[in-house]
Amino acid sequence: MAKLKDLAAIEDRLVAGHGMCIGCGIPLIFKVILRATEDPLIIANATGCLEVCTTIFPRTSWNVTWVHSAFENAASTISGIEVMYKALKKKGRIPKDKRFKFLGVGGDGGTYDIGLQALSGAVERGHDIVYVCYDNNVYANTGGQRSSATPIGASATTSPAGTQSPGKIQRRKDLTKVLVAHNIPYVAQASPHRWQDLYNKAKKAFEVEGPAFLNVLCLCPTEWKYDESLGIRLAHMAVDTCVWPLYEVENGKYKINYKPKEKKPVLEWIKTQGRFRHLFKEKNAWVLEEFQKQVDQDWEELNKLESL
Amino acid sequence: MSKFVTLNGNQTIGEAARQIDPDVIAAYPITPSTAIVETIAKFKADGLISGEFVCPESEHSAMSLCIGAASAGGRVMTATASQGLALMWEMLYIAAGLRLPIVAAIANRSLSAPINIHGDHSDTMGARDSGWIQIYSENCQEAYDNFIQAFRIAEHLDVRTPVLVGLDGFIISHSMEVIQVEDDAEVKKFIGEYKSLYPLLDSKVKMTVGPIDFTDYYFEHKRNQLEGIENAPQVIEEVGKEFGKKFGREYGFFEGYRLDDAELCIVAMSSAAGTCKDAIDELRSEGKRVGLLKPRIFRPFPHQRISEALIKMKAVAVLDRSSSPGAFGAPLFTEIRSALYDYEERPKITNYVYGLGGRDIKIEHFKEVTDDLEKIAETGKVEKVYSYINLRE
Amino acid sequence: MKKESWKELTLGTINLDAGNSVKNLTGTWRSGKKPQFIEERCIQCFFCWLYCPHFAIEVDGDKVRGINYDYCTGCGICSVECPTKEKAIVMVKEEVKLFEERAK
Repeated sequence: MAKLKDLAAIEDRLVAGHGMCIGCGIPLIFKVILRATEDPLIIANATGCLEVCTTIFPRTSWNVTWVHSAFENAASTISGIEVMYKALKKKGRIPKDKRFKFLGVGGDGGTYDIGLQALSGAVERGHDIVYVCYDNNVYANTGGQRSSATPIGASATTSPAGTQSPGKIQRRKDLTKVLVAHNIPYVAQASPHRWQDLYNKAKKAFEVEGPAFLNVLCLCPTEWKYDESLGIRLAHMAVDTCVWPLYEVENGKYKINYKPKEKKPVLEWIKTQGRFRHLFKEKNAWVLEEFQKQVDQDWEELNKLESL
Repeated sequence: MSKFVTLNGNQTIGEAARQIDPDVIAAYPITPSTAIVETIAKFKADGLISGEFVCPESEHSAMSLCIGAASAGGRVMTATASQGLALMWEMLYIAAGLRLPIVAAIANRSLSAPINIHGDHSDTMGARDSGWIQIYSENCQEAYDNFIQAFRIAEHLDVRTPVLVGLDGFIISHSMEVIQVEDDAEVKKFIGEYKSLYPLLDSKVKMTVGPIDFTDYYFEHKRNQLEGIENAPQVIEEVGKEFGKKFGREYGFFEGYRLDDAELCIVAMSSAAGTCKDAIDELRSEGKRVGLLKPRIFRPFPHQRISEALIKMKAVAVLDRSSSPGAFGAPLFTEIRSALYDYEERPKITNYVYGLGGRDIKIEHFKEVTDDLEKIAETGKVEKVYSYINLRE
Repeated sequence: MKKESWKELTLGTINLDAGNSVKNLTGTWRSGKKPQFIEERCIQCFFCWLYCPHFAIEVDGDKVRGINYDYCTGCGICSVECPTKEKAIVMVKEEVKLFEERAK
């Protein structure tokens, strides 16, 4: 088992001086994931907070080879790189013992929404890539618009709470299951507060042959509207309420990696964030009920799937 | 040894691709370029291609994959048409901005709506400001020759810019023609090795590719990008000459047909030029001094060479196989008219849009254009700057 | 900082100066509070290192040595997550300086 001290001794592949918000959750995720392989790494990054905040020319926060081409195509870009690696290796232009790892990265906008087709195509084709989605439930880079990962009841700038609206009314997309449906070797959901679990999952993802997908909860103080010092507390809450279950699906077999001793009410999660504030108005009570119902359904189903 | 083979346009591109054997080919099928992708897939299935072939889930991903693969450090090609090229639009600019020498064969086809699968130049003309070098082919032989040269042009160190080679949808892509296919080894030798300057697959260098620029750098990066396409004319000329020396078919920026003593000139690209040549032969036998200028390179636009060839004419008709809605004339016309502006003495010039959605252009139409040109030369007046050929009014 | 002319830029928008964002001192963003490291209370759990979004925890060998104020934005996660009974990182008031002064 890895120790934090050992991880800290490894050179950073994402470094200081990036422009991500005060208390942003993205670096926490990648600090761990980028340490889960020792091989040279090539990253293709979808347009989004991480991309924009780390590469403002002439500066870069990447101490690893990194490429950005567009918003919806991190998965196809990284598959292109992986295919070229295979081609050049076969032709002997890359030494046989030379290994690389290929990582596609996007937020929920670039992954759940605009990049879903490219991701689906890439994993269906079976490229040996890892794709990590940092899911902060919102298009944070452009100032907080709804995504299909935005939960019911959250206020976003394109699904704002108003006198006639309780915020987003649709249920969030279960992207992790969408990826499971592709029957790829490894799919997992993780959270930065359980770093050992995140690290193990990233390690597995890098190690499996073929495509692997990680969906990681990403804290966003700016758009979730909470005191930025409390980010990791919120991550605990997301998992303890089963809003964000930690599980993995290895060759089709489900395993829940953390089961809260006592499943907390979703309300405990909701009340920590300004984006849900309006839900405490009486007329929006139904949204709270609906949110809880959805979480209960999903958790129950997940437990069933695990028992199969 | 070179040999004569009967192939259609799509197959000639497939054949050239087999000979060039790029490291990665990523392409999505679309009419009328589907057979390029199928031909390559079959070559791969039969072990005749050593590079990797990928069929992604869309053209957008095909171009994204090409961008990833080319950044990684090898030789890359794709093929598409029409809506497929339109879906790649965003990525075309990025391929050019990243200075990736990707080569694409485009079986030129109209754009929706209404949907139509036949040949015109709306697709590539729409992409004319994407930063790609554009080469147009009259027939299967030219498509083959241009496609081979495209790699040399794109990959030249002074250029490092993507190149697209157009061949008219159906008219060329699906027409059988006897073409001279060169020896595999000779083609490979002509193309040479490709060495990427900054391959991602170089574990010694950690680089950031495709960063974000604010107002302080974007302009400089764009100017830096332009250098590639601005250096292209010299390279295009050299490669065209070298190709001629090696394979006996020399290429320049345009082809002139019975131009030397012409007073009237028709400008037309791609397959229509073939019909036009026949028309000109007939018109010449009637004593009319008409010639054809067939541009081969549209981007970078060889403005000086074309102007020099046209200034001595009395009247010029530019035929465009696409329209540019709301503009003062179609794309080829606006280029040429603008190029002629700096000359004190210049010909009268008129523009015709023809052949949209695969509509035929026949010898009689070129004769009608020539009648118009004669009238313009005689009166010194252009009554209608912009008109249509073979359209029901 | 002298900015390059277009001729001096690397072809294809490439930046070869890996990790040079360390020249961006995000510590200039702090407004009113900063973490203070109290070494004798530290149990070397490394949570502060792990959870710091701005790479501002200084580590020397296998020990946390303190805060790098060049990068610390004062978000306070380190202090909240410090697990010791008497926290080894506490948030203290900091006089807000003008950006120009801090950037020096």
